[in-house]
Amino acid sequence: MSAEFDAAAKLAEYAHPERLVTTDWLAEHLGQPGLVVVESDEDVLLYETGHIPGAVKIDWHLDLNDPVVRDYVGGEQFAALLGSKGIARDTTVVIYGDKNNWWAAYALWVFTLFGHEDVRLLDGGRDLWIAEGRELTTAAPEVTLVEYPVVERDDRAVRAYKDDVLAHFGNPLVDVRSPEEYSGERTTAPAYPEEGALRAGHIPTAASVPWARAAAADGTFKSRAELDAIYRDEVGLADGDDIIAYCRIGERSSHTWFVLNHLLGFEKVRNYDGSWTEWGSAVRVPIVTGEARGEAPAR
Amino acid sequence: MNATTLPARLAETREDFLALGVRDRLQLLLEFSNELPELPERYADHPDLFERVEECQSPVFIFVEVADGRVHLYATAPAESPTTRGFASILVQGLDGLTADEVLDVPADYPQSLGLGAAVSPLRVRGMTGMLGRIKRQVRERIAV
Repeated sequence: MSAEFDAAAKLAEYAHPERLVTTDWLAEHLGQPGLVVVESDEDVLLYETGHIPGAVKIDWHLDLNDPVVRDYVGGEQFAALLGSKGIARDTTVVIYGDKNNWWAAYALWVFTLFGHEDVRLLDGGRDLWIAEGRELTTAAPEVTLVEYPVVERDDRAVRAYKDDVLAHFGNPLVDVRSPEEYSGERTTAPAYPEEGALRAGHIPTAASVPWARAAAADGTFKSRAELDAIYRDEVGLADGDDIIAYCRIGERSSHTWFVLNHLLGFEKVRNYDGSWTEWGSAVRVPIVTGEARGEAPAR
Repeated sequence: MNATTLPARLAETREDFLALGVRDRLQLLLEFSNELPELPERYADHPDLFERVEECQSPVFIFVEVADGRVHLYATAPAESPTTRGFASILVQGLDGLTADEVLDVPADYPQSLGLGAAVSPLRVRGMTGMLGRIKRQVRERIAV
């Protein structure tokens, strides 16, 4: 019962245009049966100040992270969450959020761990919707509870653990944090809180490509040609590469994962969600400081 | 920490939050967010006076003034950051008009006692703790002069 794909010309350039919708498409399809719109923001209250009519909220901290173990929720919790939001296994889910869809991409990546098939991002996110003067409401959506099956998470395809990264040297790594975090001047994004890493720097051989370089000024993704220029020509990624992206806690790198996998068509891309808060505190893992990528450690 | 050592307004805020279920605590925080006062005109054009709270993910700036023994607290944060605005508003409403000693005596873990951990996550509450710490430091600086 999936919704039709957005046939906008800009999207058609991407490897998987079915993973994005434009604001025009969403405005036209709001309220359609089989479609649920999800808002996922950094600020947990932003949704309450006004959201796209009918949209439900999923919060990365409260809904997607396990409250005890540093991990994502399990199959039962995910099923309960989605069922409570009116999302069935065959529902088309369109996710949007603040800050260039930073957290929306993170939510989409978690949906992917559970193999939810039809999940898309709203190109331009919350900011573009508002900038275009489109409708927002504070009215709570009418949600019909549905049954979502308990599906166990499968982390293998799109999630990397620390040991996977240690075994990955020789293959491309992309560090999507700010230049200051990459070089080791600091362990957090400028103006972000300290989230506890004991060392500053980057994983040896990782290329520095701050995540927001993939976003245009209006918050939409840059065009296919612009993205190819960054990730293929400048960084040197090539078809067939096995790629791992990381940041500080795995959210910014979800955005880059989306770009590499869905927009540019790299088939093997994993997000290392332990990221710098794990790597930068782990005992005896190699790190590099300064602007150079550094050498892969000898095995 | 107990209610007798906590300034009345902060104690009342805490009771209000704790009397609510988790979902309603979010709504109350949103009300606080909407109540954050605009900066008085004399400070509106003086971003240089304000200190950025680094512990908050969203930009929030605070400025403390001590006049005639009373603390006055000003804070500004963008509308797109309602959680941060809510935290600032709780502190502005709870601390403004107190004496310097009363502000300095507020327990550092007051933000953790509001029951917001389950509503907005402990990590986010940390931003409010940072805000309170910076407010106290500014108070100390002002009364030391």
